[in-house]
Parts: sequence; structure tokens; C-alpha cells
Amino acid sequence: MNIFKHLRLILIIGIIFSSLSSCRHDIIIWPTDQEQIGSSQTTSISAFYLLNEGNWGSNKCTLDHYDYATATYTRNIYSWANPSVVAGLGDVGNDLQVYGSRLWAIINCSNKIEVMDARTASRVGQVNLASPRYIAFHQGYAYVTSYAGPVQEGNSYNQLGIVVKIDTLTLEKVDTCVVGFQPDGIAVVGNRLYVANSGGYLVPNYENTLSVIDLQTFSETGRIAVDTNLHRILPDKYGNLWVSSRSDYYDKPSALYRISNLNDTPLINHISASNSSNIVVSNMALKGDSLFVIGNDFSYTTNLATRNFAIVNVRTAQVLTTNFISDDTDNEILDAYGLAVNPYSGEIFITDANGYVNPGILRCYSPQGLLQWKIRTGDIPAHIAFMP
Amino acid sequence: MNLRSILLILNIIFPLLIFSQERDSIMAPSLEYDSIFSMSELSVYARRADEIVPSQRLSGKRLEALSTHSVADALRYFSGVQIKDYGGVGGLKTIDIRSMGTNHMGVFYDGIQLGNAQNGLVDLGRFSLDNVEEIALYNGQKAQIFQPARDYGTSGSVYIRTRRPRFDEGKNYNLRTTLKGGSFGLLNPSLVWEQKWNSSITSSISAEYTNASGKYKFRYRRVLPSGQVAWDTTAVRQNGDIQAYRIEGAVFGKTSDGTWNAKAYYYDSERGIPGAIVNNVWNHAQRQWDKNFFVQAQWTKHISNRYKFQINGKFANDRMRYLNPDTTQRYQDNRFCQNEFYLSTSHYVELLPGWQMNMAADYQYNSLSASLANFAPPQRHTLLLALATQYEYGRMRLMASLLGTNVWDRVDFANNITTSGNFLSRWSPALYLSYKPLAQLEDFSLRAFYKSIFRLPTFNDLYYTEIGNTQLKPENTHQWNLGFIYARDWHQGICRHIEIKSDAYFNLVDNKIIGVPKGSGQYRWMMMNLGKVHIFGIESTAETVLRLQRHTNLLLSANYTYQSATDHTNPTDNDPYYGTYGGQIAYVPWHSASLAGTLSWKSASLNYSFIYVGERYHTSANTRENYEQPWYTHDISASYRLQRRKFTLVFTLECNNLFNQQYEVILNYPMPGRSWKGILRAEF
Repeated sequence: MNIFKHLRLILIIGIIFSSLSSCRHDIIIWPTDQEQIGSSQTTSISAFYLLNEGNWGSNKCTLDHYDYATATYTRNIYSWANPSVVAGLGDVGNDLQVYGSRLWAIINCSNKIEVMDARTASRVGQVNLASPRYIAFHQGYAYVTSYAGPVQEGNSYNQLGIVVKIDTLTLEKVDTCVVGFQPDGIAVVGNRLYVANSGGYLVPNYENTLSVIDLQTFSETGRIAVDTNLHRILPDKYGNLWVSSRSDYYDKPSALYRISNLNDTPLINHISASNSSNIVVSNMALKGDSLFVIGNDFSYTTNLATRNFAIVNVRTAQVLTTNFISDDTDNEILDAYGLAVNPYSGEIFITDANGYVNPGILRCYSPQGLLQWKIRTGDIPAHIAFMP
Repeated sequence: MNLRSILLILNIIFPLLIFSQERDSIMAPSLEYDSIFSMSELSVYARRADEIVPSQRLSGKRLEALSTHSVADALRYFSGVQIKDYGGVGGLKTIDIRSMGTNHMGVFYDGIQLGNAQNGLVDLGRFSLDNVEEIALYNGQKAQIFQPARDYGTSGSVYIRTRRPRFDEGKNYNLRTTLKGGSFGLLNPSLVWEQKWNSSITSSISAEYTNASGKYKFRYRRVLPSGQVAWDTTAVRQNGDIQAYRIEGAVFGKTSDGTWNAKAYYYDSERGIPGAIVNNVWNHAQRQWDKNFFVQAQWTKHISNRYKFQINGKFANDRMRYLNPDTTQRYQDNRFCQNEFYLSTSHYVELLPGWQMNMAADYQYNSLSASLANFAPPQRHTLLLALATQYEYGRMRLMASLLGTNVWDRVDFANNITTSGNFLSRWSPALYLSYKPLAQLEDFSLRAFYKSIFRLPTFNDLYYTEIGNTQLKPENTHQWNLGFIYARDWHQGICRHIEIKSDAYFNLVDNKIIGVPKGSGQYRWMMMNLGKVHIFGIESTAETVLRLQRHTNLLLSANYTYQSATDHTNPTDNDPYYGTYGGQIAYVPWHSASLAGTLSWKSASLNYSFIYVGERYHTSANTRENYEQPWYTHDISASYRLQRRKFTLVFTLECNNLFNQQYEVILNYPMPGRSWKGILRAEF
């Protein structure tokens, strides 16, 4: 029995453990990774960006890029283009648009709007805005909806939403207009701004109106009652608005509406398929006369899910199909989430959120509804903006 | 040499190294340990080779020697345990055993389970070690059959035992006051008063107050692949403050043929919820208030040498308020109230010498109310029946149990006044076996077990407004375990105690309840029985007590765990890099280890502990973006005990995270760097 035997043992253990201690290293900002996918195209659309929302609290909102000329898909382009931005692009992306030479990304839980150079994705600046949701542009100004407006007096502590007007050159907030509760979709038709009020925080007393804002005075001039819990707005070339409602998640399904005769007494049409069944809506995109509508509904009453991939003719308001995916690959989609249509080629992009906590999948379909290619994205791929 | 191979080698050679030494010691009757071990602690060691259920425990001085504040901190030193720590004094700390998920772990406080029918989580960060005497962890169930039916109902269990009053000769009271203070603005006074009323009745009152600002500096840093710093920022963690008090009282009684005890517990706290650090958002405003109250009683009576029974009862009331006043987020002010009523009776019969049996029946009632829109308050009645037997034949021991669970849920939906009943009835078996293969090696035994059990969906899983799913089935676990233990004590020589144990296990979790987003936007989630996890692991523990000189003792212990916990939920998501199928599940490291040493000399002791958690991913898609760094902390403390007749004074100084490592256990929740704590304790 010899004490040095033990000391040797202790020493060995010590060495082993201290060798473990060398395993921690710096956290690296990775260079973007690229993949060739699809075929090279040279058209009036040169590229698109895809904003991955990232799950709440994960700070994993990322930006992907696809270049048509080289048929190259690039993941996570923002952090590599802007390595010095502390904590990256941010937490939960909610909208993405190209305006002029700049790319605007709404980062909801980082309470900001990120403004980037549309060619390089390098940062131009940031506009701080609490709880921003969706963005629209008109004559040099950006209009952004936000849930964080004035708090109403009283016990209910209800907080109205606002639309903030931002100068796209100086990135200054120049004006604010109070709208309904939890405003989401926003669109410009003529010299008016239409905002979809959801009232999503007022469960079960949702909002059911669009706010109409006069762009000259930047004040709310009226409301159009449509349906429970409005979400998205898309104007077509005939001067109509296409509006989706999320409804209440219990007995009422989500629904699609066309609002026409906007300058006079608005007419509201509920869109249903030829067999008069409802079209459910979670996302929509427009090309020419075709409104592409994907729906992914779930009812807490029946515990059943309803899905459709529909096309609506915006001129006739007829539902042309409830499944535009013609090769049965819709069964591979776990969580249909984002939707976009290439304005030139008509390629349809559907994103699959794939469980919402893991990398998603971007799927490219031909205008005929055949799967062309698919590729891995960041977490919760959602918003696509095309570049001329 | 890479990390994995080092650790595997460690696992293989480390026990062998200890094995190969000191076979020459002989048993001697004299026990003469000073300062670090008391007799009772040693007697626990001596029985360990008979241990049929894999277990780990920390008690008495060893528990004190680890620089830990809460039960959760202490559990980090156990193998097979993963802790989810959101950082700070008031931050949520939950653990899971062998990667089966937090909800599968039962936490028992003085013999009766702490329930949380609402979300199944027990925040172990709230249980301070001030009045705790022992923490024990069992894989499956406790290694004794004389217990309530509920004790058979979890995949793993942690038993927290508070201090039982013990009095030195000629003393009929004990007073113990402690003052802790240090980093994070911590101020933590506590008092324990134990009184002996007569030869059969003793009582104990323990009270504690905790106040901390929860502020600490943390540093985030990113570099480019070239090594150039991309950004480097230091900030102060905000909204991690806590103010809490706890008071508990207990009465212990002895009768000629049995024992009884009754206790009351109250905990009241207000805390900030520090939240995730993300771009442009560096502080949060959410608050939480908790009021937890329970009373419980136990009565054991020996009718004869062959029959005894036990009655346990409990009432608990838990109130929680959550406030989100942040105007950039949704304003929320929700209140929840839970009640639990529990009654159990167990009967223990010795059928033949070496063959015992226990029958237990438990009834439990739970209810939850909440100030949520569209919330239908649920009630649950649970009836548990357990039959267990223990048989000893030569060098073999066997323990088998069968648990019958019957559950009725009742929910009153306000909107259309319907009542939904949800009935479940199921039998769950467990079988434990231990065998000493060599008659001449009494200290070595092999053991194996199989246990199949489930956890019920919680009230939140089932009925939470717009998240709950009333169609949920229970989440099942199946555990297979094979291992050995070698434990031996010597009463002279340098090496006084050696214990080595290692277990290999395979666990299967299916019908795992996971949140799945549903519908369009606005964070609509739904609970579903979708998950499936395969877990293969190896746990090894080695500890030794060395008597270096008279009055100088050294205790060393080491733990190592290897775990491969793979996601088998979605076979179509099988991309080798991006896919989740076959990926290591969130936050489970392949390798984790701990090392603790205590060197004591007369009245002084020096403690060192080290915790290592290897690389992990924060989701089961094991991509480089989801990679989480290993983390490891070194803690040291020194303590000195001053004794003057009946008066004892103990000074302790602790330094935690000595090398100031900036790390995260959970993504975007920075942990504290180096921190200090001083403890002053007076005993009368």
C-alpha cells in the first residue's frame, strides 16, 4: 500500500479530465453553403430570397438565396454578409419584400425591420419597431403593420395596432396611424391602404374588419366587415382585394373572400369550390389571373385537419382546382407553409415547415404542378421575394 | 486523440485501475472516521453491494461538500441525469433521467410524490438544500417493496429527504442558523429548530428566505473561420430576480409498534423570467408568482414480525400567476390553481423467510382551474393498485411488481355544457434481479431489470385552451438494464472504501407527446402522440475513500455517462445531415461526466468538483447550426468548523465556475460566469 499509487491514479484522472477541457472552442459564423439545383435560367427574374422564420426564442431567422443564372441555392446568406451584426438577423422573421434596390425583412420578435442591399444582402440599416408584422410599399414609403400600438385604458389592457409609415431612403419613421387589434396583412389599392385586423390576442372576441386608410391624410377613414380573424390581403389587377380569414380554429374554418367595388359600397364574396365546399387558406400568391391558395386548417372541435392546394381565377372568382399538385407529391409535405409564384416563369414554390423546429424544405413545382426540385432550407421557410 | 475515444478508454480503464489495487486489506471491527463520515453514512455504503435497483445518492457531508444551492444543482453529480438549466438563482431547472423526458421522473419529498398535474414539471431549482439530508435517485423504482402504489408509477424517481431530528446525548433541542450571501445579490438566511418533547415525539421547524437580484454578466462572442473576432459583447442578465420564502414544520412520533409523522410545507415566491437573449432583445419583463402549500402524514404500524402496514395522506394546493406586461408582446395575466388529494395504504407480509409481499392501494384526486378564455377546468381521479414481491434465494434476489392504473378525467366544457369522461386502465410490470456470481466475492453483484411504465398526459397536454388534445394516449417507456456493482469497505489501511458500478441500458419511449404546430400562423400548437426515441446508454460510477494520514481523508468520486438517444419519430425525414430520423435528440450529450473530491484535515475541508457535458444539438436535426458546445465548470470550496462544547460555527467560501466559462445549457439562455458565495452557519 503506497500513497504514490493513489497519487498516480489521481494524476491520470486529472490528465484525462483536463484533456476534455480543451474541447470547447470558439463559436464560428459559418460561411454560406451552396448547392446547385434546378437548371440555369436567364429571365427577367434573376433571383429570389427566402426568409426562414426560425422558431420563437431560437434567434434562428435566416435568409437563403437562389440565383437563376447559375442555378445556385445559398443558405444563410445574411450572417456571412454581415458577420459583425450582434446576434445575427434575429428572432422570427415575418415578411420579406424587395423595394427598388433594397431588401426589407420584418423580424417580429427582434422588434425590428432589417433593410439590406438587395444584391448582396449586406445591411443598410435597421428600423426599430415593436412587434412588426407585414409590409407594403407606395411612392417611396414603406407601410408596416405592428401589434404594439397604444394601450387602451381599463382592466382589459387591450392594445390597438398601428401602421407605421417609413421613409425608404432615410429609414425614418415619419407617421403612425392607429388601426384595429393585431393588424396583419397590408396592401395598397389606388390611394388607399387596406389593413387586415385579426384581433388574435382577443380570443374569442376576434376582429372581423379591414381598416381603410387614406394615404394622403394617413388616417383611418373606415372599416369593411369581412369575417373573423383576418390575415392576408392581396390586390389583383382588376382592383379587387383578396382577403383571407383564419377564423376561430373551432367550428369555423379559414376562408377566402373577394372584395370588389372598393371605391363605392364594397361587395364581399365568399369563395367556395364548384361543389360549394369551402376553400381553406393559410397562404396565397398571385400570378396573372391565377390566385394560388394553400390551406392547412385544423379544428380544435373535430381534431381534424383540412388541406387544399387551390387555384382561383381572379377574373371569374371560380375555383379551378383544389389540388394543383398533379404528381401526388403533396403527400410528402408535412406542414405546407410558405407560397410564392415566379412572376415570369410561373414556377410555384411551396415551403414545408417540417415540424417547425428543424430545417424545412423548399419545393419547386412547374406551372403544371410537377415537382421540379426540392432543397433544404433554414428553420420554418416562409417568405419569398423575387428579384428583377 | 478525440474526445469519444478518451472517454471510452476512461470508462474501461478507470474501474480496472481501482480494481487492481488493495486486495490485501482485511476487515477490522474498529471504525474511526473523523470529520467527513459519520457512522450512519458508512453503514449505507456497506450495504450497497446488495443494491438491486441501480441508484445513486448524496447525503450529509458529501452533499454539503458540493457547492450547490438547490437539489437540481446536486443532481448534476449523478450519472445518467441531464439537467435543463435556464440560468441564475431563480431560473427553471428540470432534470431528466436517461433521456426519457422530464415528465417521466417522479420527485418524492419526504416519501410522498410532489405532483404537478398541470404540466408534470417539478422545478428542482426551488428546493434548497438547507434542510435536506439526502437525495437519492433510482432508475425505475425504489429498492424496497413496502411503499405506496404511486412509488411504482414512474420511470425514474428522485427521493428528497429532509433532515430528521437527531439529538446528541443530553440535548433536547438543536438550533441551526445559516446565512448565505454572495454573487447575484444573493441573501439567504435560514433557521432550523428541532425539539425533543419526550422520548417518543420530536418536531422540526425550518424556515428560509431567499432574495437575489439575479444579475450577472455574460459574454457572447462569435469568430470567423479565420479566427478573427466577428463580434464580442458583454451584457448583464436582467429580470432574473427572485424573492422567496419557505416554511415547513414536521412532527415525528414513535410508538411501541410503529412510527408516524406529519408535516406542513409552504413556499411563496415572486420571480422574473429572464427569457431568451435574441437579436435586439436583451431583457424581458415576464413575472411569475407561486404559492405552494401541502400537508402530509405517514403512519406505519407493525402488527407482527410478518405483517406491517403504512398509511400515507396528502393535500396540496398550488397557485401560480403568470404576467406578461411587455407591450411588444401579447399582454397576459393568467392564474392557475391546482388541488391534489392523496390517500394510500400499503400492506407488507412476509410469506416465508426470504419471501415478502406488498399490496398497496392509492387514490388521488387532481383539479386545475385557470383564468384562460375557453378553458374547461379538468378533474382527475386516479386509482392505483400495486402488487409487489421480493424473494431471496441464496445469492439471488428478485423483486417484481405489477401496478394497475385506473384514471377517470372529468371536464366541464362551458360553451356547450358537455362533460367528457376519459377512462384509462392499464397494468404495468417491473422485474428486478440481482445475483452474486461468486460466493467468495460477496461484494460483487450483477443486476438486471425491465420496467414498462407510462406517464399520463398532463392537464395542459389534454385540455389547455387551443393546445390540448383530449385524444392523447399515455406516453410509454420500456427500460432494460444490465449492470454490476462492487462495493467494499475496509477498516484499516489507506483505502477505506471502494465502490464501482456500471450499468448499460436500452430505453424505448413511444407515443411521446410532442407539440405540433397546426393551422395557419399565430403559434397554434397541438399536442400529439408522435414521438419515438431509442436510448442506449452506459453509466459508470466509481468512488473511493482514502485515509491518507490520521485526520486526513480524501474522498474521490467520478461519474461517466454515454448516451445515444435517437429520434425515430419520422422515418421519411431521413436525410443523413438535415434529417431528424436517427438524430440525437435535443440537448442530450453523448458524453457527460463529473468528478468530485473532498480533502479533509481535522476541522477543515477542501472541496473540488467538476462537471462536464459534452457536445449536443438543440434539435434532433444534427446540423452545424444546431450544434451546442460542450461545457464544463470547476467549483471549489473551503470550509472550516469551529467547535466549542455545544456550539459549532462553520465558515464556508465557495467559488463556482472558477475559470469563468461562458456557456449555455439551453440555447440563448446564458449561464453565469464565476461566482462567489460565503456561508456562515451556527449550531447550538
